[in-house]
Amino acid sequence: MDPIAAKYIGAGLACLGMAGAGIGLGNLFGQFLSGALRNPSAAEGQRGTLLLGFALTEALGIFSLLIALLLLFAV
Amino acid sequence: MDPIHQFQINTLIPLGSIGGHPFGFTNSALFMFVAVGLAALLMIGATGSRAVVPGRWQSVAEGIYEFVAGTVRSSAGSEGMRFFPLVFSLFIFVLIANLLGMIPGFFTVTSHIVVTFAMAALVIGTVIAYGFYKNGMHFLNLFVPSGVHPIMLVILVPIEIISFVSRPISLSVRLFANMLAGHIALKIFASFVVALAGAGIFAVLSPLPLILTVALVALEFLVAVLQAYVFATLTCIYLNDALHPGH
Repeated sequence: MDPIAAKYIGAGLACLGMAGAGIGLGNLFGQFLSGALRNPSAAEGQRGTLLLGFALTEALGIFSLLIALLLLFAV
Repeated sequence: MDPIHQFQINTLIPLGSIGGHPFGFTNSALFMFVAVGLAALLMIGATGSRAVVPGRWQSVAEGIYEFVAGTVRSSAGSEGMRFFPLVFSLFIFVLIANLLGMIPGFFTVTSHIVVTFAMAALVIGTVIAYGFYKNGMHFLNLFVPSGVHPIMLVILVPIEIISFVSRPISLSVRLFANMLAGHIALKIFASFVVALAGAGIFAVLSPLPLILTVALVALEFLVAVLQAYVFATLTCIYLNDALHPGH
């Protein structure tokens, strides 16, 4: 196979990993909302934990995006 | 336009070479000095007057102090406050370096893994050194979950060891990858604006990526602050293992 083509296919495949981060973020905010609507008075105190979870989950998606970007521009 | 170009390290003042490798004062070093200088200026300048009723800058400095102190206390306990200077320095340096990188044309120090890994290695080195100093060999209980059947330990101990060893890697890659990917994404979406503007009739579509770029800049500011917070929080959680090993 043409190495350039293989590079682009690899970058595309690497981006599939972001689907996992998408599922994770949807789960995170969905669960937070369902919990927050049941008990709105306790929701305010959990915002920090929510943002921490957001950053940790989003970072995993960024890892796969990073692989794709490195394949496209650095390899 | 090459989106990687913004991460180029240029030597500003060559200082000779060590073992065949060029050695000098680079733009990365310059922005590290700028970040440290800004942090020192903010903290020393703001708290210099020591007013009982804080002024504008003093309340900013006190707010950051209280925020980090609250993070340390909640995740590492009051014993963790002896590591407050380390956590606070890391937090403020990462925060200011991230925010400096958001200014167009400025170099992002934290977008290089060598910088973030050095900080992560410092954190894990502190955890290991202090863990053994304080707990002696009991520190190794960290790898042995309590209340587990001995046969399960055959599986669990290697998992715990792998999870501990991967901590400096995940801590450094998280910060560096967020900064790198964010800045590349900004550059790519910005180049869409230029590409569309020069594409005849499609030029009417060029405001769309521009709006997206503005939204991305807002997201990047959120990420810059959030990643500094995450770095500080994870540092506290890891230090908590050194202070209270065993599950």
